[in-house]
Amino acid sequence: MLVHLSHPQRQVEIKGPKRTKELLRELNLVIEAHLVIRGDELVTEDEMLADADQIEIRPVISGGR
Amino acid sequence: MNCGKCKTKAVISLPRHNAAFCKSCFTTFVHEQVARAIKSFKMFTPEDRILVAVSGGKDSLALWHILLKLGYRADALYVNLGIGSYSEESHRKVRHYADNVAAAHGAKLIVHVVEQEAGAGIRELATILHRPTCSTCGTIKRYQFNRAAVEQDYNVMATGHNLDDEAARLLGNVLHWQDEYLDKQSPTLPASVEGFAKKVKPLCRLSEREIAAYAVVNRIDYIVEECPMAKGSKMILYKEVLNRLETESPGTKQRFYWGFLEKQTKPEPATESMAEKDQRTLHPCQSCGQPTTAETCSYCKMMAKAKTATPR
Repeated sequence: MLVHLSHPQRQVEIKGPKRTKELLRELNLVIEAHLVIRGDELVTEDEMLADADQIEIRPVISGGR
Repeated sequence: MNCGKCKTKAVISLPRHNAAFCKSCFTTFVHEQVARAIKSFKMFTPEDRILVAVSGGKDSLALWHILLKLGYRADALYVNLGIGSYSEESHRKVRHYADNVAAAHGAKLIVHVVEQEAGAGIRELATILHRPTCSTCGTIKRYQFNRAAVEQDYNVMATGHNLDDEAARLLGNVLHWQDEYLDKQSPTLPASVEGFAKKVKPLCRLSEREIAAYAVVNRIDYIVEECPMAKGSKMILYKEVLNRLETESPGTKQRFYWGFLEKQTKPEPATESMAEKDQRTLHPCQSCGQPTTAETCSYCKMMAKAKTATPR
């Protein structure tokens, strides 16, 4: 599956099928600081992601305020 | 995973609430959390005119959206800081929301451009003044928001500070024992003197992740890109540390911040020194004579049990 990441913007190819939480773990990302979006829909940590899915992992932390 | 309320497919799970929600029930949950904060901290009433400080990010646009959906009279102020393409993009997002959503609720957007008044953008001003950019930015935004609220007769100014912002700020203040800043962490700050607008933080019960999820679910187009000036900021580091703790132990952030707010509202108990307390509560163990609160100290109890217990 093609995974879009931010900060900085980049794309990585990850082998599926894979659960959301396993994808985050593989990329060493904390669930509490990210949202996983398939197409334009949010998915939960237990959702199975297929090889053909377009995934965006969106960071939610903002700072400097 | 299914929604705990309506049993349809969930889009988000919230470990700190031991809950999972579908889109519709999650939106209701967020609205309820904001309504609860507004009521419990006496932020404003439906009659009040509210000025929301918007940046184009998820928190402030979600706040404006929620207040309009809850039926409040909320306009917004955007301060264009002049940070190149970042400011251009955030300005576009705010304008898009104002024209396509807020206008239908009768709400308007006020824009202040730093460069027009100060003659330079925030980066240039920080360089000229030999001050960190984030502190220059904070001073300008606080000043302009307060000025707009007071001059244009708004009853209250609302910012998008969330649970993560407040917990991270509290951690920073406690780490450096900056007691003098703790009073300013209340979700409602009164208009203490003439010239100061009342300030409120209606998102203080919601985490950053919950607000971002609300924005995605409700198709609010916000700027995902981080402010280039905030890179390496201490606030981001504190948030990362808290999020690691939250992942291991859900509810840590809310217990930390809400616990602090609760302590603030309770009167300080009469101070008693440790020695005074020990003298009042401790007496010699009837078995060994060392000080204990019980008749027999825990060491003697443990040893007595060890001598009589049969090995497994």
